[in-house]
Amino acid sequence: MRATEPGEKTVRYAAAFFDNENDLMGIAAEARLRGFVIQDVFTPYPIHGMDRAVGLKRSRLGWIAFIAGALGLISAILLQVWTSAYDWPLNVGGKPFNSFPLFVPVMFELTVLFSGLISIGVLFMLNRLWIFSKKQIFERVTDDRFVLVLRQEDASFDAEKAARLFTKYHAINVMEGDRFV
Amino acid sequence: MAAVLKDIGRQTSDEEDRVRTEIDKITAHTVYSRLREPLIDDNKSYSDVTGDICALFERSPGTGWWILFGISVTLLTIGVVAAINTVTVGIGTWGLNKTVGWAFGITNFVFWIGIGHAGTFISAILYLFAQKWRTSINRSAEAMTLIAVMCAGVFPILHMGRPWLFYWIMPYPNTRGSLWVNFRSPLLWDFFAISTYFTISLVFWYLGLVPDLATARDRAKGKLRKTFYTILSLGWNGSNRTWSRYETVYGVLAALATPLVLSVHSIVSFDFATSLVPGWHSTIFPPYFVAGAVFSGFAMVTTLLIPVRKVMRLEAYITIQHLDNMCKITLLTGSIVGLSYLTELFTGFYSGNPNEIAVIVNRMLGPYAWAYWVMFSCNALIPQLFWLKAFRTRIPLILMLCILVNVGMWFERFVIIVTSLHRDYLPSSWAMFIPTLTDVGLLVGSFGLFFTAFLIFLRLFPAISINEVKGVLHYARD
Repeated sequence: MRATEPGEKTVRYAAAFFDNENDLMGIAAEARLRGFVIQDVFTPYPIHGMDRAVGLKRSRLGWIAFIAGALGLISAILLQVWTSAYDWPLNVGGKPFNSFPLFVPVMFELTVLFSGLISIGVLFMLNRLWIFSKKQIFERVTDDRFVLVLRQEDASFDAEKAARLFTKYHAINVMEGDRFV
Repeated sequence: MAAVLKDIGRQTSDEEDRVRTEIDKITAHTVYSRLREPLIDDNKSYSDVTGDICALFERSPGTGWWILFGISVTLLTIGVVAAINTVTVGIGTWGLNKTVGWAFGITNFVFWIGIGHAGTFISAILYLFAQKWRTSINRSAEAMTLIAVMCAGVFPILHMGRPWLFYWIMPYPNTRGSLWVNFRSPLLWDFFAISTYFTISLVFWYLGLVPDLATARDRAKGKLRKTFYTILSLGWNGSNRTWSRYETVYGVLAALATPLVLSVHSIVSFDFATSLVPGWHSTIFPPYFVAGAVFSGFAMVTTLLIPVRKVMRLEAYITIQHLDNMCKITLLTGSIVGLSYLTELFTGFYSGNPNEIAVIVNRMLGPYAWAYWVMFSCNALIPQLFWLKAFRTRIPLILMLCILVNVGMWFERFVIIVTSLHRDYLPSSWAMFIPTLTDVGLLVGSFGLFFTAFLIFLRLFPAISINEVKGVLHYARD
């Protein structure tokens, strides 16, 4: 009754292919509520509501972005105050060394820069997206196929029940495999 | 049906009802208004979308592309020659003098940065406002942003005279004692603003590209092509878990880029506004520059997309509706720019400051009056024609008006910079700015760089966001 974590090894899986998002959404919701373990679903474009259907929790990346932004802000303040007021105080037009309003533009920019770069870095890391990534890529899933992958190793997996669900939601074809990567 | 369900789950009817309601809740879809026009014409299927868009970079380029590419590379070559001349001989090859110390260089810089703004506006602000029509145009608009920022960056770096020492403007620990950059200088803010803008725009654009690069990878025939897209697509497999995080980060980047749009041109305007030069020292500059930037950027996106949709047969994706919407934004921002011109005139006279008044009168009636009136008519008057539907839906008219807007916006920067400088407080030092061939060469070259890079982009990457278009394919059609 839960979605799996990325690190977990799956022994056997069954992948069902669909040609539209409504069937996939329907079967994902029903399969989960009927006790199947959904490994993942694969779609050519993001489908809103799918997270809820497969029981995926809201991503905490927003918080990471916030913390990274705060880090950027603090770095900008430290950098500017230290260089302009402590390490090498330079008299420019008689302005105060630590004139705060003038530091605002750089503070803003570094907040945005840190937040953006760190959150995208964390996204790539969490999803193991990198140039030599070796992941299961289902045929036509980046084109026009919608795929539901069920884990089979659980004792509760009922092949007959699964087959009936696949038919009910007009699966185009079903593929089984030994190891999900 | 109930029997089958009961059999499947072996549940009591109460539980069955609960499951049913839960599924209904999850699968309930948004009901789209039937009064809206569909965003994509011609009843395309998912694989049609993939095929149509991938065809643009999979088939060999047509004669049209080669002709445009030839022209662009020629312009770029002129620019390279001018740049070499600038670096080897010196800034003396520009038409600058002691009075007008900033002219074409900064004009081009501000112009190109402004062009970039529409891309971020479309990809970030329209995303946050859930404007689904942005999906057909955001990719090329973002590419335009990146290229425009590169074009802009060339000018301050060349203006340094010794471009190879450009890293001196960064705060870095060095061997010249505790020597740090001056954080009170708007020019340093520019460095931070533009490098951040470029970096964030780049990752935003790339993140959006990853799923489409995976599509290109899965279709690629040749080995070289396959390797290229495999490396760039980072093993993307369309997993929902990835999509979910991707969308979160995309939203975060959009939320970060939105204030960035407003900040970058505000900071660029501080280069002028924090000075004491009449005509520059003005509090209206930040909003006025931002509006002008979005205005010129939208005109440039429209100018680029009209030939692209024609040559690459994308009429079903970039419809008249899209052009119409872009014209409306051009009209809105153009009106803000027009209002800003009037406000500038008003505050100039209302200040009672003789120097301010002199600058305003000189702009309107002085030696550069022609530039002022080109600017005024192209930016404040001509876009008002977009109130008429006929001007928003006839493609030749849109193209003509948008080109005029771009001309006007280039002149706006020229007028602000040159007319404020050429007659300063001391009449004995009054001078005129006359551009040299090198100045013109660099301007022409920047257009060459822009179009060359854009044409290469069209040949390498999907010019329209495949995954986002698929998401809105049934919009207003279900």
